[in-house]
Amino acid sequence: MSAWLVVLSGAMEQGLLYALVGLGVYLSFRVLDFPDLTVDGSFPLGAAVTAVLIVQGVPPAIATFAGALAGSIAGTLTALLHVKLRILNLLASILVMIALYSINLRVMGRPNLALLGEKTLFSSLTGPWDRTLVLGAIVLGIKLLLDLFFRTELGLALRATGANPTMARAQGINTGTMIILGMALSNGLVGLAGGLFAQVAGFADAGLGVGTIVFGLAAVIVGETLGNRWLRPTGSAILGSLAYQTAITAALNSRPLGLQPQDLNLITAVIVTIALVLPNLKRPS
Amino acid sequence: MTIRLENIHLTFNPGTALENVVFTGLDLTIEPGQFITVIGSNGAGKSTLLNLLSGDLRPTQGDVWLGDRNVTRLSVPDRAPLVSRVFQNPLAGSCPHLTLAENLALADRRGSRRGLKFALPRPKRQRWRERLVELGLGLENRLDDAIGLLSGGQRQAVSLLMASLASSQILLLDEHTAALDPAAATKVLALTATLVQRENLTTLMVTHSMRQALEVGDRTIMLHSGEIILDTSGEARRALTIGDLLDRFSNLRNAADFAEDGLLLD
Repeated sequence: MSAWLVVLSGAMEQGLLYALVGLGVYLSFRVLDFPDLTVDGSFPLGAAVTAVLIVQGVPPAIATFAGALAGSIAGTLTALLHVKLRILNLLASILVMIALYSINLRVMGRPNLALLGEKTLFSSLTGPWDRTLVLGAIVLGIKLLLDLFFRTELGLALRATGANPTMARAQGINTGTMIILGMALSNGLVGLAGGLFAQVAGFADAGLGVGTIVFGLAAVIVGETLGNRWLRPTGSAILGSLAYQTAITAALNSRPLGLQPQDLNLITAVIVTIALVLPNLKRPS
Repeated sequence: MTIRLENIHLTFNPGTALENVVFTGLDLTIEPGQFITVIGSNGAGKSTLLNLLSGDLRPTQGDVWLGDRNVTRLSVPDRAPLVSRVFQNPLAGSCPHLTLAENLALADRRGSRRGLKFALPRPKRQRWRERLVELGLGLENRLDDAIGLLSGGQRQAVSLLMASLASSQILLLDEHTAALDPAAATKVLALTATLVQRENLTTLMVTHSMRQALEVGDRTIMLHSGEIILDTSGEARRALTIGDLLDRFSNLRNAADFAEDGLLLD
């Protein structure tokens, strides 16, 4: 495989992993209207829990599931702080994010954990695009499940909670319960992304989560610019994540631009800004 | 279902500079099936009264009864099986980005458990379509349009329909025609009367229009500073004119104040 193809398949893997984060952020940020920074902690939490369990010999599928579960517990915690203790939503998520930094170090017992030579979900795959295909199947499956869920009575109640809470309550929807459910689902997806990341990258690290929210937002917002009705918001978020990670990879690998890996966050900010402004430019003022 | 408010006291921001005493010992009983209209100047406590019944507000003291249930401590969603409500703002009663069918689906399950069943099954869509035909607005062909695309009058008519999809015992109407043009207001008011009669709902309608207050329903109360200063029904109410209501008001306050309140005399 040529060097460019290796780079491209890496970008696709990254794009699919962060597509799960994008789906989670779509759920909290767009559906529930809950700006949630918990993801910066639940992503490395998923990675840490999954990695520790794999090292201890737990079957990778179960370890991955445990990572997702840990993420959803973190999301539940944020939602409880907001719903039961009436802490401002953004602030509640920052509190849990900070707390998770300590918890993640506790879970791993050290700042990072390598999975070299361990049996993971991907260790038996040999073909160059095998990992991409498996990740793609997982992401697609979750997208379809989410689309179905949004069309159920419960899913509709969740959407109403974010869109018009007063109306939702008047229709007998317990909006607090819906926020807890939605945040658990959202961070469960992010925890799953973290667990899969650890197995693809071969390590978990306490500093892994920095900027996760921005990657998720980038997926959602770039997706809204690129996507269409047929893809639905979920498919758009996946497309957005793939496009964004490809663009980032291309920018970092293009020699004339002279960008270094440490410029990643700057590029992210620039791309998200462009994606935020583009729809406004299209619309006649 | 009988609605009973017993010795209701309510003070906003007690003990602060913004303290605002709304009710001091309000009593009101509304018989099953009664349609009561509520008028009064701004700040008289009309909306507060509605919010006490819906569960948006809790009294500082006193009890709220729906039938033989004391609902004083029940939250809005917990009262939803008994109470349906139409808001003043046509945008408040629905989710703009959801389709007409999805909004109806939400209302269809008011007060029931929501599970993982598909929200828009074909038989239900058919039933909603039939109910939309009754509105006479041509909305039966727009089930899959976002409800935000409808006009204010259309959305308010749909809100009324939504209030009647799942069974309820009492209906709260908060100046629900105030934001509509006269033609739409007339239409929505006629729909209201039909609905209330068919479902035999105990209804409370807050209105700014004195004419509406006397023409619709079978009992009228006037609130002033948290007290009921007029309570009329039957023969006495039929004999009452808008002029009489005006006199009541001017007895309380001077005419200049009164004009500011924006009460509609027509």
